[in-house]
Amino acid sequence: MQGVLQQIVSGLATGGVYASLALALVLIYRSMEALNFAQGEMAMFSTFIAWELVAVVHLNYYAAFAITIAVSIVGAFVLERVVIRPVEKAPPLTVVLVTLGLFFVVNGLAGLIWSYVIKPFPGPPGFPQAPVSFGGVSLGIQDLFLIGMTVVLLAILYLFFQYTKLGLAMRAAALYPETSRLLGVRTSQMLALGWGLAAGVGAVSGMLIAPIEFLDPNMMQPILLYAFAAAVLGGIENPVGAVVGGFLVGVMLALIGTYVPGARDLRLAFGLVIIVAVLIVRPGGLFGRAHVVRV
Amino acid sequence: MALLELTDVEAAYGSVKALHGVSLRVDEGSIVALLGANGAGKTTTLRAISGTVRKTGGNVLFDDQVINLRSPEDVARMGIAHVPEGRGTLAQLTVWENLKMGAYVRRDGAAVKQDFERVVSYFPWIGQRRDQVAVTLSGGEQQMLAIARALMLRPRMMLLDEPSLGLAPLIVQDIYRIIETINREERTTILLVEQNARTALSAANHAYVIEVGRIAVEGTASDLASQESIRRSYLGY
Repeated sequence: MQGVLQQIVSGLATGGVYASLALALVLIYRSMEALNFAQGEMAMFSTFIAWELVAVVHLNYYAAFAITIAVSIVGAFVLERVVIRPVEKAPPLTVVLVTLGLFFVVNGLAGLIWSYVIKPFPGPPGFPQAPVSFGGVSLGIQDLFLIGMTVVLLAILYLFFQYTKLGLAMRAAALYPETSRLLGVRTSQMLALGWGLAAGVGAVSGMLIAPIEFLDPNMMQPILLYAFAAAVLGGIENPVGAVVGGFLVGVMLALIGTYVPGARDLRLAFGLVIIVAVLIVRPGGLFGRAHVVRV
Repeated sequence: MALLELTDVEAAYGSVKALHGVSLRVDEGSIVALLGANGAGKTTTLRAISGTVRKTGGNVLFDDQVINLRSPEDVARMGIAHVPEGRGTLAQLTVWENLKMGAYVRRDGAAVKQDFERVVSYFPWIGQRRDQVAVTLSGGEQQMLAIARALMLRPRMMLLDEPSLGLAPLIVQDIYRIIETINREERTTILLVEQNARTALSAANHAYVIEVGRIAVEGTASDLASQESIRRSYLGY
């Protein structure tokens, strides 16, 4: 039983990473109805920037963390203006294809700059390495940090969207672009801002998973698949759903990887199974509504 | 003095031409009604003003500035509040969030706060139901909310697209009373589009009748209402 609890906690920890990347996907999906296939690669690139700041510039870990988020937000804002804006009014499929292109460009660029040799990435300093024990269940501090960061990130995003003028305008622009423009909202800029925020959230997911999975240009690809699964499971338009989906996928993968013999190597396949199963059984996801299109 | 002037405005949806040269003027402080049958081009005329349809010719002059090429958001920032067809309710947002979005472009926080109070004095129910999600409002309430939201811009001009659509006669009366009050007390110039010609003419100073993308008749509202031939052939009552 304690073993199960331990697996659940470590599942929640990696689930937090899937949750943040899924959240990034949902942020963009809500405003453009397109999945950003490059979201994981952008997060990977951000993580390399953090690595550069910590390992090469020797900056404090937390300062590097904050700077990386800021750089990611600005970088993705500019990226949207340059690459996505020209296809903003095109059908979602066009946007998806552009993000697929971005996937390869960002991946190749990271390989070119930092090479494909894996690198260790530091965890947050100032935390004891030894696990703490609650009622016989020993919990890794790293795991707790992951869960805590995910919760903090969610709280910040919630407060931003619920209580700031800009957050409100971004919600309105995503849901009701035409009316929002009549109210003076520059919806196109809001899209770019959405890209920036998504990249900031993605950067967090990359920096959180890198100490566990090591750093290399391909590190986010399985995570992106799990994040897709999480987003689909939660309902692709629902931020809360994405987070719940992320934690669920994390826990399921941890349990299956531990208790189903030979399943550890099938985790990727399991991610795909979730996506297909949800789309067949309940296309709207746990928290979404199925769309009815009248033709 | 003309606050808004359209000269030979043409507009198209894709390759389908919807306006074939519409000219009209709206004097500062007046209420002007744009009447006509379904599909005549009333909504398109408003959209041509606010920049939400592609104009293929002609000129739109607001406050002596040519605004032909301005984006909808820039037109809004000039002080034109467009309440679109179907009211443009931000359905998943609360009543209060809808109002806040109305004041989105304003930077004068203190005055905005006063305007919240003023809007609530026009529509007292809004004050009591600020946290209600807008989609759960009745049609009449959504129309009032749309007008309230437009007021939050402190616009120089309001474009109202069929404020009476789908509403019970008593509610239509309420809404027109408020429109006239806004025009009188806020000095907001109003251009309104209506199929309900009788109601619109009773509120308007001046009126235009549009037919297949062109202005067919114009005159003071009382003239149009009193000429039986015009009423019969164009206004249908």
